[in-house]
Amino acid sequence: MANIFPRWSNRLPLLVIIGLFLVGTAAIAGIWYYFTPKYTRVGYQPVQPVPFSHAVHVDQIGLDCRYCHSAVEKSWYSNIPTASTCMNCHNQVLKDDPRLAAIRESAATGIPVPWVQVHKVPDYVYFNHSVHVNRGISCVHCHGEINKMDEVYHAKPLSMTFCLDCHRNPAPNLRPPEKVTDLAWNPHQHLPKDWGEKAKKDWKVNASQNCSACHR
Amino acid sequence: MRYFLLIFGLTILGVMLIAGKRGDISRRPPLEVFPDMDRMPKLRPQTRADFFTDGMSSRLPVAGTVARGSAWQDAPVNTGKQPGTTNWVEVIPVAVNEQLMKRGQERYTVYCLVCHGAAGDGKGITGKYGMVAMANFHDPRLVKMADGEIFNAITFGKNLMGPYGGQIPIEDRWAIIAYVRALQRSRLATLDDVPADHRDALRRAMPPPAPATNAPAARPQ
Ligand code: HEC
Ligand code: HEC
Ligand code: HEC
Ligand code: HEC
Ligand code: HEC
Ligand code: HEC
Repeated sequence: MANIFPRWSNRLPLLVIIGLFLVGTAAIAGIWYYFTPKYTRVGYQPVQPVPFSHAVHVDQIGLDCRYCHSAVEKSWYSNIPTASTCMNCHNQVLKDDPRLAAIRESAATGIPVPWVQVHKVPDYVYFNHSVHVNRGISCVHCHGEINKMDEVYHAKPLSMTFCLDCHRNPAPNLRPPEKVTDLAWNPHQHLPKDWGEKAKKDWKVNASQNCSACHR
Repeated sequence: MRYFLLIFGLTILGVMLIAGKRGDISRRPPLEVFPDMDRMPKLRPQTRADFFTDGMSSRLPVAGTVARGSAWQDAPVNTGKQPGTTNWVEVIPVAVNEQLMKRGQERYTVYCLVCHGAAGDGKGITGKYGMVAMANFHDPRLVKMADGEIFNAITFGKNLMGPYGGQIPIEDRWAIIAYVRALQRSRLATLDDVPADHRDALRRAMPPPAPATNAPAARPQ
């Protein structure tokens, strides 16, 4: 009697198992690698209505973040400046530059410039800028090196682990409050090793890990 | 099996090529993998809200109302003017102490330094990029100016200078004025203003006065 199944079919179960194993591993690896804010958010760089450059204004001119984001120390929300803030200088500097047409129009009409928001935590998360900034947590921890960016992009994942990694051990990330907006300043170069621990004790820093601190 | 491996390999390659790696710059908005309650129909500041006719979620106070705790009274602290008149108050109407001065220095650095310069001489960095007319605080007119008038210049701006009332709270405006006064004083001070126990140290640090006889000879003919 002739064989109904060819000879190689003896190996079929093994091949199926290997195949499933490969597909399964690839799927898990793919989810592990891609289904995380480190992939989904980091690198997001929307096209802004005005080619505003933090590198020019912060690094080159030396403006402080608070000149524009003036509410960052006082409220949970770090505001985007109004067009009239830009016009403080651009009523004279690059007065007729076409890149600034939208700013001039907004300053004249009061209709805001439609900036595209980059950083955004989910609405069920409570975040607060002032509590961090006044405790000597620099913008650079959560936003990356904005001072070097021509266009703002999402540099850090801002996921729950990201927040908690620091809340569990804030000491190494503390710096004197007057250096918070100086993003190029490297605390490890200028402060003794145990400075963070000491500051944490002196200022009674208490970075809560309770769920209700961030999910209220 | 060969075909399977080929297709498997190509699929992985395809996914990696399309999806890229972590941290790649992308113009597309972030994926929200499980967008359960990520976006709720509540209003965030400074966003679009079609409910209101002007389409803005951040609201201004209704005409004729004031917010609790806001500075609406006609008091020198709030306006820089004598109540009921248009006369400027001469001196800062809050207590000037070291703390206020420190605060003023910090705020001056944030808000004024780019234009008026660290020394207050109007030679800030923006001058290099084409800004003109930045006032020199050592100008006798500004030295004599009433504190209330400077307060008004910060709050509402003056000619080419924009208003800073929206960014700088009232307390900080007075702190900045105190610091500006200190800057002015630094150029007008004489040795007598220095505390007695520091005078000797300062005299030693000062360059010796040039001998009078050398002066004409050194000048090119
Ligand atoms: C303190 C003064 C100041 C303020 C405030 C300011 N700018 Fe500028 N801006 C400058 C100067 C100075 C330059 C450089 C001009 C040059 O290179 O000739 C510049 C350059 C620019 C440019 C050209 C960028 C480039 O790559 O050369 C744009 C666009 C711009 N600003 C937008 C803005 C916007 C939008 C705002 C408000 C959020 C703003 N600026 C606020 C001073 C200012
Ligand atoms: C001259 C005004 C100005 C200064 C100074 C300035 N910014 Fe900005 N910033 C803006 C404007 C306008 C935007 C909105 C456009 C954009 O995203 O590029 C912005 C956007 C941002 C964003 C992204 C906001 C979002 O949508 O998520 C961050 C983060 C930020 N700034 C941080 C900083 C930090 C940190 C500093 C100080 C090192 C700084 N900025 C200084 C004007 C300024
Ligand atoms: C502890 C982390 C952290 C620090 C420190 C921090 N930020 Fe943020 N920032 C965030 C998060 C999270 C968001 C998104 C908030 C939201 O969704 O409302 C954000 C949003 C912003 C925005 C956009 C606001 C909007 O809705 O358009 C600006 C501008 C900004 N930050 C500026 C700053 C500046 C300037 C500093 C430093 C003085 C700073 N941030 C420090 C975490 C941080
Ligand atoms: C680099 C360090 C760091 C990161 C990152 C950070 N935090 Fe914090 N956070 C702190 C510190 C330090 C405090 C405590 C401040 C104090 O002692 O008042 C704090 C306090 C808070 C508070 C106030 C808690 C209370 O007791 O009321 C909230 C809310 C908060 N953080 C939310 C967040 C969220 C949400 C994120 C992520 C987007 C985040 N933080 C990321 C350092 C950090
Ligand atoms: C320091 C602030 C912080 C604390 C404390 C915190 N969370 Fe979160 N949580 C976040 C942030 C930020 C996110 C949003 C993460 C994201 O969008 O990537 C989040 C998201 C979540 C989510 C939704 C996850 C998803 O993707 O749908 C759950 C569930 C959650 N947190 C539960 C908890 C529980 C339970 C606790 C207490 C053990 C807790 N959180 C404490 C900041 C915090
Ligand atoms: C963007 C640049 C800029 C910044 C920032 C700025 N100024 Fe000015 N300021 C000017 C210019 C330009 C003038 C000259 C106005 C004129 O006479 O046309 C001026 C004039 C003045 C005057 C004189 C007003 C008068 O009656 O002649 C005072 C006082 C003053 N500034 C104070 C301040 C203080 C305090 C700050 C910080 C809160 C500040 N300025 C920030 C540009 C600036």
